[in-house]
Amino acid sequence: MGKQTALYDMHVSLNAKMVDFGGWDMPINYGSQIEEHHQIRNDAGMFDVSHMTVVDVEGDDVKSFLQKLLANDVARLKDKGKALYSCMLKEDAGVIDDLIVYYMDDGWYRVVVNASTREKDLAWINQQAAAFNVTVTERDGMAMIAVQGPNARAKANKALGDKAEGLDELGVFFAVMRDEMMIARTGYTGEDGYEIILPNEDASSFWAALLEAEVKPCGLGARDTLRLEAGMNLYGTDMDESTSPLEAALGWTIAWEPEDRDFIGRTVLAKQKKDGVKNKLVGLVLEEKGVLRNHQKVFVDGLESGEVTSGSFSPTLGKAIAFARVPATTGNSCKVEIRGKQVSAAVVKPPFVRNGKACI
Amino acid sequence: MSNVPTELRYTKTHEWVARNDDGTLTVGITEHAQELLGDMVFVEIPEEGTTFAAGDDCAVVESVKAASDIYSPVVGEVTEGNEALADAPETINNDPYGDGWIFKIKPEDEAEIDELMDSDAYAELIAAEEH
Repeated sequence: MGKQTALYDMHVSLNAKMVDFGGWDMPINYGSQIEEHHQIRNDAGMFDVSHMTVVDVEGDDVKSFLQKLLANDVARLKDKGKALYSCMLKEDAGVIDDLIVYYMDDGWYRVVVNASTREKDLAWINQQAAAFNVTVTERDGMAMIAVQGPNARAKANKALGDKAEGLDELGVFFAVMRDEMMIARTGYTGEDGYEIILPNEDASSFWAALLEAEVKPCGLGARDTLRLEAGMNLYGTDMDESTSPLEAALGWTIAWEPEDRDFIGRTVLAKQKKDGVKNKLVGLVLEEKGVLRNHQKVFVDGLESGEVTSGSFSPTLGKAIAFARVPATTGNSCKVEIRGKQVSAAVVKPPFVRNGKACI
Repeated sequence: MSNVPTELRYTKTHEWVARNDDGTLTVGITEHAQELLGDMVFVEIPEEGTTFAAGDDCAVVESVKAASDIYSPVVGEVTEGNEALADAPETINNDPYGDGWIFKIKPEDEAEIDELMDSDAYAELIAAEEH
């Protein structure tokens, strides 16, 4: 038996198929993963993502601390509530984790990191924090619900009742507090919606209110195909400590300016940028029938050159799609070995799907 | 508990086998198997005329989650594959014992069928797996 979120009983009562997910018992689907995928592309669905780790960093030095800790620059966050996606790097530029940081107030930033990396992230953050006047607090009493889809905000606003007041003005990648509830216009699906962080004791009643507002429960299986279509990396499969962000299609998340900002990993990263890196992360679309899967071998010009990092069937496109790590020189086609046979795939630039529409 | 029709025979690898009047066998995967695999997205059916030994992998079903081999329940020659699955693999989820059949095979030795599990034995097998 793994760890359970505050919504565990809800999932069981909704006939979810529960699986182990990094030590947590989480719903993989509530019947059909593909229907749940389409539900979010076409209407509104919700995920329990309470296994994710919420960390509050507070204190006088919080901004300068995060400018040291993160490859993206929190100084870009000018308005309260604004969020930023960033990698947290080792000195050798390997990715410890990817995260979202929210600028809540001058002395308070909220960081949401992955579930599977909780221990090492907290250890690293605390280790780096020692030299700064900051406190690091894991908010393990919080649940997190992602409501996603073209109708997600309208339906969630119904469930939020009085708390929805003013939310029409909430910009993309902004968050607001409503008492202890944080409502953020962020997500991991390529659709509009909210990610809502709230106290564990309020999670079940809010989930029930969302069900009442006709937001359908969706499992982490659909979340994975949605994020893949949306061109969003998954930590641990698409990048890890042995990968630089430059080899993980995450160069855009590195803030090189100002030049004197000395973030962890900068020296190695700058050298990599100057010299060039060997590999890149690209999108693949299978041109024949079949399904791309993690770790399938990729052949470029007849040579085994890389592998699929995340592969699946795209319910929106009706084709197999993937991310693959291949040599930086790779052109616009390759072969993937599927059960001993080499099958042609087109090399594309993700995203595959955004806001319900195919992009490739 | 999944549906396990009493008129069918079963393999340990979750195929079901039905006897047809013309002496061929129809093979598919059980309701339990499709539940485990989840939504089907791709099926590779065996070609007509191919011969297999019992236990040979002869077809592949792929769900959103994983690829899974389908094994021949007997020694024999494939007489037909279910072509309709190419465009509608989800039929295996919706009707595993009916339109979701995968292939037909002409067994070399009909007595081999009697060695397959009956519905009671298969129901016991999946009950044991669920615990």
